[in-house]
Amino acid sequence: MTTKTKYTEEHLKKELETQEYEYGFYTDIKSDKFAVGLNEAVVRAISKKKEEPEWMTDWRLQAFRAWQKMEEPNWANVHYEKPKFQEISYFSAPKKNAKLNSLDEVDPELLKTFEKLGISIDEQKRLSNVAVDIVMDSVSVATTFKKTLNERGIIFCPISEAIKNHPELVRKYIGSIVPQSDNFYAALNSAVFSDGSFCYIPKGVKCPMELSTYFRINESGTGQFERTLLIADEGSYVSYLEGCTAPKRDENQLHAAVVELIILKDAEIKYSTVQNWFPGGKDGKGGVYNFVTKRALCETNAKVSWTQVETGSAVTWKYPSCVLKGDNSVGEFYSIAVTNNYQQADTGTKMIHIGKNTKSTIISKGISAGNSQNSYRGLVRINERAENARNFSQCDSLLMGNECGAHTFPYIEAKNKSAQVEHEATTSKIGEEQLFYCNQRGINTEKAIALIVNGFSKEVLNKLPMEFAVEAQKLLEISLEGSVG
Amino acid sequence: MLKVNDLHASINGKEILKGINLEIKPGEVHAIMGPNGSGKSTLSSVIAGNQTFEVTQGDVLLNGESLLNFLPEERAHKGIFLSFQYPVEIPGVTTTNFIKTALNESRKAKGLPELPANELLKKIRETAELLDIDRKFLSRSLNEGFSGGEKKRNEIFQMAMLEPKLAILDETDSGLDIDALKIVANGVNKLKTKDNAILVITHYQRLLDYIIPDFVHVLYNGRIVKSGTKELAYELEEKGYDWLK
Repeated sequence: MTTKTKYTEEHLKKELETQEYEYGFYTDIKSDKFAVGLNEAVVRAISKKKEEPEWMTDWRLQAFRAWQKMEEPNWANVHYEKPKFQEISYFSAPKKNAKLNSLDEVDPELLKTFEKLGISIDEQKRLSNVAVDIVMDSVSVATTFKKTLNERGIIFCPISEAIKNHPELVRKYIGSIVPQSDNFYAALNSAVFSDGSFCYIPKGVKCPMELSTYFRINESGTGQFERTLLIADEGSYVSYLEGCTAPKRDENQLHAAVVELIILKDAEIKYSTVQNWFPGGKDGKGGVYNFVTKRALCETNAKVSWTQVETGSAVTWKYPSCVLKGDNSVGEFYSIAVTNNYQQADTGTKMIHIGKNTKSTIISKGISAGNSQNSYRGLVRINERAENARNFSQCDSLLMGNECGAHTFPYIEAKNKSAQVEHEATTSKIGEEQLFYCNQRGINTEKAIALIVNGFSKEVLNKLPMEFAVEAQKLLEISLEGSVG
Repeated sequence: MLKVNDLHASINGKEILKGINLEIKPGEVHAIMGPNGSGKSTLSSVIAGNQTFEVTQGDVLLNGESLLNFLPEERAHKGIFLSFQYPVEIPGVTTTNFIKTALNESRKAKGLPELPANELLKKIRETAELLDIDRKFLSRSLNEGFSGGEKKRNEIFQMAMLEPKLAILDETDSGLDIDALKIVANGVNKLKTKDNAILVITHYQRLLDYIIPDFVHVLYNGRIVKSGTKELAYELEEKGYDWLK
């Protein structure tokens, strides 16, 4: 734990250093801040601002042209007012929040949440934008991390940097699994993505650390249109944690991210997400629209597992998918999606079996409370040549109260007779009887709900890296506070 | 210890308990018998604080303090334990984890720190031994896939762990074969002390062969119509309830 604190301080120092630069940078931009709206000139300008090579500009333009011809999808089981795409500014500096002098000035609600999550005071300050005196530390954990990664040839940097410094890799793989014209939001993202992360693990290298704390720190300032590209070269391994369990009050209403994972022969990526963006108020006003395209491509003997805990956003539209192209490749999807109040989630996965002996597992846990709607949508497709493909799917829904809804939309397309596909689904409700039973044993209702929800989610929580799992568990409790009684 | 005074309770406007009077002293075992629908389970639910029922008149006192304004969990912290007729299942939560949470919540309410893990495990081990419970059973999800006998034994295990002042056993014998019944009764007898009290609610006399009551009350149509010693239970077994109408 001490290293973590040191790390935070070190980071604070770094962040403050770079912040000044950033502010300067953005002041410049302000003078020529783009008008709202989207057209080719805006796409070109974004690319130019980011000093991108011509191939990248062309790539964005292709995406933009495809997007223009597309229509926003309507098939998801969510209802919301469609964003007005011509009223958004596609290149604006992140909001510069006023610096606060002490934690006393921070919204007490926010502090309460921090406390429940067990976030250290230093980190609390950083997250709520409080100025901190930096204690210089002789050991820089961040630098040590960087050094360790460098020694192994691991590249881990913002994608904008990768476009400049590793164009051969980016050019080869970007859009290779989520093409520009894949879907409406992916096309939009491809045209205007602001930044994101890039990671390359060389042949045979096992990444010695979870790319987690590191990311958590890099995470501040990721934008509305985030682009992530991870490449695990042959025989390599990486566990990647995305997201931050700290509450994030984002002003941006629309988020359209794209994540591409390329997993070459014998390699493995474990990708874990905890997402708790602003879900909107209790009355259903406000909140983030989260429309994400995440997809992984597995070559021979490769393995990918997506683990996600989704508690935030007003509207979620997200299907981390696995294309099991290589023989013997394995895809896994473990998900907990919580909706409360007026949240709507339509989430699930796609398992596309192309290679022989491919295997996939889907465990989806949906928890609905309040007036929310929670849908699981999953596709299992076994292609003609996928001999002996196997899938196991389990979708469990837990309902709290009488006003919420849980829906399951499983799609199975098996074109090979040797396929084995299993699907199990359950729906249960936290009943008065369960709660009274817990109450009678001295456990109050809030605690009882937390206990029941944790039990329900256990199979998925167990898939998360330890430290993350603890935070995710707390997050579940917070998200469901006050949802019964 | 427990005093029930002229207790009236109803559900959805329908009166189920129509003036119950009962006094239980420390060290005593009381049995309440009665035909189906007489209000036996309602009485146990009302004492435990189930909000489904509305108390319209009278009072329930524990050591002189009225329980009616307390939540079920607060009553539990004060020492009321109810062994359920139909214990609920909680998937994914082990019995060990459940009882740990329950125990620590009670301790918290009393201003005590959480029980250290080693002490908790020791207590679990000892209790499991006392009640002849296989500890593997405790790492299974609470009541999930348990047989009727296992569920009831699990209730008694929790009772032993929580050490209540007053334990109410609601139809603990229902659904048990004679062997399971003996095991459960045996467990209850081991937990009996001069300081705690037990209220057994049962339809049949057979449980009372194993848990010997000091007093037997007959509940009929929301009222206690007759009280006596354990001989009353035999009389009921022989004659049924009709002669009391």
